Amino acid sequence: MITHPRTEELAEAVAAWIDQIRPSLDPRNAFLARVAANAMATIRREITEGPAAEVAAVAAMAGVLGRAGTYEDLNAELCQRIRSGDLTVETPGLLPALRVMADDQLAIDQPSYRPEGAPQPPSGQPTPPPAPV
Amino acid sequence: MTLDVADALSRLAHRLGGEGARLSDAGRLSGGASMETWGFVIEGAGAREDLILRRRSGAFDPENARSISLATEAALIRATGARGAPVPSVRHVCDDADGLGEAYVMGRVSGETLGKRIVSDPRFDAVRGGLARQCGAVLAQIHATPPPPGLALKTIDGIGELDRYEEVYRAVGAGRPILELAFQYLRKHVPDAVEPTLLHGDFRNGNLMFDPEKGLVAVLDWELSHIGDPAEDMGWICTNSWRFGRPDRPVGGFGDYADLLAGYAAAGGRPIELSRVRFWQMLGSLRWGVMCLTMYMSWANGTERSVERPMIGRRVSETEADLVTLLEQGL
Repeated sequence: MITHPRTEELAEAVAAWIDQIRPSLDPRNAFLARVAANAMATIRREITEGPAAEVAAVAAMAGVLGRAGTYEDLNAELCQRIRSGDLTVETPGLLPALRVMADDQLAIDQPSYRPEGAPQPPSGQPTPPPAPV
Repeated sequence: MTLDVADALSRLAHRLGGEGARLSDAGRLSGGASMETWGFVIEGAGAREDLILRRRSGAFDPENARSISLATEAALIRATGARGAPVPSVRHVCDDADGLGEAYVMGRVSGETLGKRIVSDPRFDAVRGGLARQCGAVLAQIHATPPPPGLALKTIDGIGELDRYEEVYRAVGAGRPILELAFQYLRKHVPDAVEPTLLHGDFRNGNLMFDPEKGLVAVLDWELSHIGDPAEDMGWICTNSWRFGRPDRPVGGFGDYADLLAGYAAAGGRPIELSRVRFWQMLGSLRWGVMCLTMYMSWANGTERSVERPMIGRRVSETEADLVTLLEQGL
């Protein structure tokens, strides 16, 4: 792909422009503009972090299923075998694989979200920004 | 046809405030596709009333809707208020003569509903430690309220809820292994049946109004009220999506399980096991995950074109991250 500019730079530029015009908007559109800027940030993260996350997810699923395949193919089989009861929380390796997939996807979708079990922030540390919506 | 709400409120001011009463400060406070809220003031002879109008702006289908009618909502607010639960006072249930459609009027309660502020704003530091216990006590009052007769409230249990959301998930067609595992796990861990009670149905940050000195001052938004397992209301306030960045404080981002349960028992609620609350909490994360998918679908099929909808669709992964931890920990 061409690099001058890269796709993620276009997303970054659009997000910055949305933030620039936000103060001139009525409350409803100002809110939607913030959502739109967050969408551009998600796109930027998916472009930069998505490929590695997909490679990790494919490796994790292949490890559980004991075979190679594409993301779509492995994901479909994983869903089907969980649904059938063939794979459960007791299956060795299943929860660690799902942990990798969940954490990577969350880092793309909503990096400020503090999931269940996350350690308490040190006191005095600024609280994370709000969820995108 | 667009209804002129301000005009109708002006007529309502005369009806509620008597001769010479007049409307002031009418303005829309919030509104979605189906429900809107208006704030207004009636100034009468020497008296001034700060009021809220809640009205349905979209179509209501009682057969298929998850929510109840606004008249039912008003009846439940009155019934739970009579048992001591902190709720707004219902001033008037609108009829045809009001020309406002399905609507009711309540007294305005001041306080904070934004979860982020309740869990982190220093203004709430003094009361925060007591909020979980207070929520428990208020839930005991709500659950002890006999449902007023003739309201046609739906009865929902754990299996029914899993069936309902799995059907929605299958219809969406998204292959999400973590949601699949949560459905399977929860089906194996449905708690024993319990005597069902009246539930608020949406008891979480956003629908609870807090005061920096008095704590919980109003339970709002009763539209998802139904009959069911009392632990359902407890699990929903413990769902991490409503903890606003404080997963270390399981009750709403402000308190601990033990305080919620102790407040419930001390106020006369039948004691509830923590594992039962955790079942409904996990089902809460799963339910919110499926709801996020349906928000995306409403955009994908053209029903709702706001950019907000597909972005809520990207919140499924927050519930997946929460669910994996809950699956690791077990109930």
